[in-house]
Amino acid sequence: MAMIRPFLGLATALAMALMLLGNSSVAMAAGIEIREFDDPVMEQRYRDLTGSMRCPLCENQAIDDSDAPISADMRQRVYVLLQDGRADIEIVDHMVQRFGEYILYNPRLENRTYLLWGTPIALTLAGLLLVVLMVRSRRNAAARALSPEERARLNDLINRKRPK
Amino acid sequence: MKRRLLLLLPLVGFLLLALFFYRGLALDPSHRDSALMARDFPAFDLATLEEPERRVDTSLLEGEVTLVNVWGEWCPACKQEMPQLLSLAEQGIRMVGINYRDTREKGLQFLDEFGNPFEVNIFDPEGDLGFELGVYGAPETFLVDRDGVIRYHHTGYISPADVRDTILPEVEKWQ
Repeated sequence: MAMIRPFLGLATALAMALMLLGNSSVAMAAGIEIREFDDPVMEQRYRDLTGSMRCPLCENQAIDDSDAPISADMRQRVYVLLQDGRADIEIVDHMVQRFGEYILYNPRLENRTYLLWGTPIALTLAGLLLVVLMVRSRRNAAARALSPEERARLNDLINRKRPK
Repeated sequence: MKRRLLLLLPLVGFLLLALFFYRGLALDPSHRDSALMARDFPAFDLATLEEPERRVDTSLLEGEVTLVNVWGEWCPACKQEMPQLLSLAEQGIRMVGINYRDTREKGLQFLDEFGNPFEVNIFDPEGDLGFELGVYGAPETFLVDRDGVIRYHHTGYISPADVRDTILPEVEKWQ
């Protein structure tokens, strides 16, 4: 029994720590409202849209993850526009018109962003080309026979007498 | 020898990238142009802070170059930039305020305490007009030309140096 007491104490402490942890996570989530959807497709669209837009204020959070007032406003607007039957592209345009391209985690493909989207593809192709060229040159070197001059020089080198 | 030099290619690539990213370190992500630049000031129809019965719309901003300042009583930087805004108003620049996400009582109290450089204050308690303007915090300041087109956007606190170096030259440019 005496042995069990300390363990009981430990268990109580653990339980309390867990409760505290639980409470703090509730407190952190309090900034972000819960929305009910009848339609699971609509819910998924809401999640995708709010997950793909950057909070203009906090810079490194999506609006679905930020408790800045502006993020709440933006979520509300996404929700209203969804209920209004707007297409995803219209909703994204609506936001970009007000807050700029900055809010898009995936920048659109346009003049300004060709380099951004094109560089990885260009580098991959360049790498593949390099590999092909290296393999080919190595294969050529292996297949090539020695010319008579080269053979003579090789023989000379092999048969050369060691200096005494 | 030529092939040897080719081996330096990855190093050169790395150095170029390093230079590019080093430059990026000095950039401030909060300094970006408003999406509304060179566009019409968004349409609105709201009451004024001073008189709840008086409604104003975009015609308020036509005919004269105007600085529109978005502020709220809850915003500390707004209090700090008030002296600069008062001096701008004294220099004869037309100022209009947007009282953003505030209560009437607190807004009026703020003007009593820190001064009122504004010809009129648009009362925007829900932040609707702020949203149309792409406002994501206060203070923010827009320069609107005489045709009601947004010509300059300043996010955040306006320092005396900002007044001298950017605000006044911009106002002059569109005057």
